[in-house]
Amino acid sequence: MMLMRTCKEAAALLIAREDRPLPAIERVALRLHLAICDACPRFERQLSTMRNALGHWRRYTEE
Amino acid sequence: MTIEGQLAEHRGYLLRFARLQLRNDAWAEDAVSETMLAALAKPQSFGNRSQLKTWLVGILKHKVIDILRQHRREVSLGEDGGDGGEDIEALMFRSDGHYANQPADWGDPEQDLSSRQFFAVLEACAEKLPAAMGRVFLMREWLEMSSEEICKELQLTPTNLYVQLHRARLRLRECLELNWFGSRAAP
Repeated sequence: MMLMRTCKEAAALLIAREDRPLPAIERVALRLHLAICDACPRFERQLSTMRNALGHWRRYTEE
Repeated sequence: MTIEGQLAEHRGYLLRFARLQLRNDAWAEDAVSETMLAALAKPQSFGNRSQLKTWLVGILKHKVIDILRQHRREVSLGEDGGDGGEDIEALMFRSDGHYANQPADWGDPEQDLSSRQFFAVLEACAEKLPAAMGRVFLMREWLEMSSEEICKELQLTPTNLYVQLHRARLRLRECLELNWFGSRAAP
């Protein structure tokens, strides 16, 4: 189906999202995948932790 | 203390970040020397001593961007062909698109994220990235440049940049899981 994504594809979208906006169809596909997957939401939280960590690190380098 | 003395105290610190970003010792030395010269040219521009480091890091970032621009050709040609290691995605996922190992629950590590040891691990992980990949990753995360700005400065295609950033983020995740979150989660 057009909106089905594997974990590998969903993870690739989650990473891409850190650096560029996703096309609308990919945003929908990603949301659908996250709703039915156990592992990818954990991957998403890891990326958010990394984003947070890099922000702390940036401030730390300047203090 | 003289301004020269105060600047000298920060030299090693600045060099560490210049090296991490530029991946070339000579360029890093240049960036730090130019930062020092710029600081000496207008020492009245910073307020008290505690603000000196912040001010110097700000100057350094500008000097580092100038140097990346000057060496654009070497930087963008870089070691781009292969990324100097295994295909991280092939290790992370099975051929059917499922995770080879389920991503771990990293919890809510707000405390660790501000600790010195954590930053040391994070920097070591960034340092382990292949040079070309490490440079674009830090342009994004340390210099806080947008993807568009990085493409423009280095004359990279967006596809090329996204591939590098993608691999860098996967490797960093892997490295942090192995060296921080994994070992920490163990009972």
